[in-house]
Amino acid sequence: MSGAASPALELAWREHWGRLVALLLAQYRRPDLAEDAVAEAFAAASRRWPDDGVPAQPAAWLLTAARNRLVDRLRAEAVHQRKEPLMLVDARDRELSAAVDPGGHIPDERLRLVFTCCHPALAPEARVALTLRFVVGLDVPDISALLLVQEATMAARLTRAKKRLATAGIPFVTPSAERLDERLDVVATVIYLIFTAGYQPGPRDRGLRVDLGDEAIRLARLLDHLLPGRPVVRALLALMLLQHSRRDARADADGTLVLLPDQDRTLWHRDDIAEGVALLDGLAPGTDQAGEYRLQALIAAEHATAPTAADTRWSEVADLYGHLEALTGSPVVRLARAVAVSEAVGPVAGLALLEGLDADLPHHHRLPAVRAELLLRAGRHHEAAVAFGQALDLVRSDAERRHLEARLASLGLLAP
Amino acid sequence: MRFVVLIYQDEAIWRDVSPEEQARYYTEHEAFAAAVPAAGCTLVAGEALVGVGSATTVRRRGDRLTVTEGPFAETAEQLGGFYLVDAPDLDTVNELVRLLPEYTLEIRPVADMG
Repeated sequence: MSGAASPALELAWREHWGRLVALLLAQYRRPDLAEDAVAEAFAAASRRWPDDGVPAQPAAWLLTAARNRLVDRLRAEAVHQRKEPLMLVDARDRELSAAVDPGGHIPDERLRLVFTCCHPALAPEARVALTLRFVVGLDVPDISALLLVQEATMAARLTRAKKRLATAGIPFVTPSAERLDERLDVVATVIYLIFTAGYQPGPRDRGLRVDLGDEAIRLARLLDHLLPGRPVVRALLALMLLQHSRRDARADADGTLVLLPDQDRTLWHRDDIAEGVALLDGLAPGTDQAGEYRLQALIAAEHATAPTAADTRWSEVADLYGHLEALTGSPVVRLARAVAVSEAVGPVAGLALLEGLDADLPHHHRLPAVRAELLLRAGRHHEAAVAFGQALDLVRSDAERRHLEARLASLGLLAP
Repeated sequence: MRFVVLIYQDEAIWRDVSPEEQARYYTEHEAFAAAVPAAGCTLVAGEALVGVGSATTVRRRGDRLTVTEGPFAETAEQLGGFYLVDAPDLDTVNELVRLLPEYTLEIRPVADMG
């Protein structure tokens, strides 16, 4: 049995972490304790399951273990405060179990937790960090890698946000139906971050998390059902479906990343692409967040509908990136635009667009990596080797490091 | 839990307000006071303060007491009053204070010293 315990635990972590934290938060309203209790329940499972066997219902086992730990903590606190400990906690338990579910109009506890973490009384950067922690269960290194923030900064931000959640009186319920719209943009942002977290290689090799993509799409569908016809939700859903359609082609059997031009297009999910394109047909251009997602989705659609990599309409892609850059002013978008322009016009035009980006993206390995590729195409091999070296200094994911090393090695063969 | 709602406004606004405006302010405060129990909450206390010109700041350092004229901090908007509300959570308070006039409000949970 011990052989099955570890994968079972891994699966339980992926499937149930967010739901367990959500349930404990809803019941006890103690974000500071809920997370620790769930972590301790998983630690207990890692000790017990190898010997006792995986329980028939792992989620129920974990919930009971986590709840017991949380109640123990509450008792300890009550003792500390010199109240009548057992009576107090029992009374609180009764009160909570008798309470009706206040978020009943949202039929999913994870989406409910997203709305709680996106409360306007929390700072915007805290909302995103809390959602990635509580809803997705990412740890501090993953979250900081994803949001391009130093780990120590992110750890402090999370601690502060959890404390604020616990003390400011922010409820663990969904906003009333008429207030849902006010939080929609933030919620959409966070759902998209959950999605990208699945495809962003982490600092350690944990592989792609396709399940996070599935979950983000599921949440967006729920949101679309809850608030029908909102452009920001429709555009986000289109964008994620088009990107997710490539999920089976993004890594080979060894887990090595396969870049877009090298992917086996027969592995792409045609039904997702068709749904994404159909959603896009119903959306008008705009300068808001919906407009931004729409442009990104149109770019994804250009790739998804090209029969081969060589058939990609690069000038269309470059134009779309141009609009997107005008809308967002984002240096990351400019980087992508430089790649598209290089394909459409040539590497020199692409390189020109990288000018001045170093100050905006100082710790980003992708800038020197892109520069290296464009220099290589322009025949400037020596400068390309230097840029690959710079990228290797900054890269954090092992998968991407291997890719860069392979590119640098192939350059060695080409160099005069 | 209990929340204190601190009400801030530039005092010049209230000083220069027309009688009609003043009446509207009172009406809105009354609407708030009526809405609190209607929402299942309790208005524990609430007071308007005399202008900041009446403030005295007292500091004790060791055995020494310094008394100075004026408020603790000079700000563009001044603390003009407060409510103490017993409500289940912040969202409930946020809904209720929509009924109050155009103030800047600081909402703080009251520490549970039990």
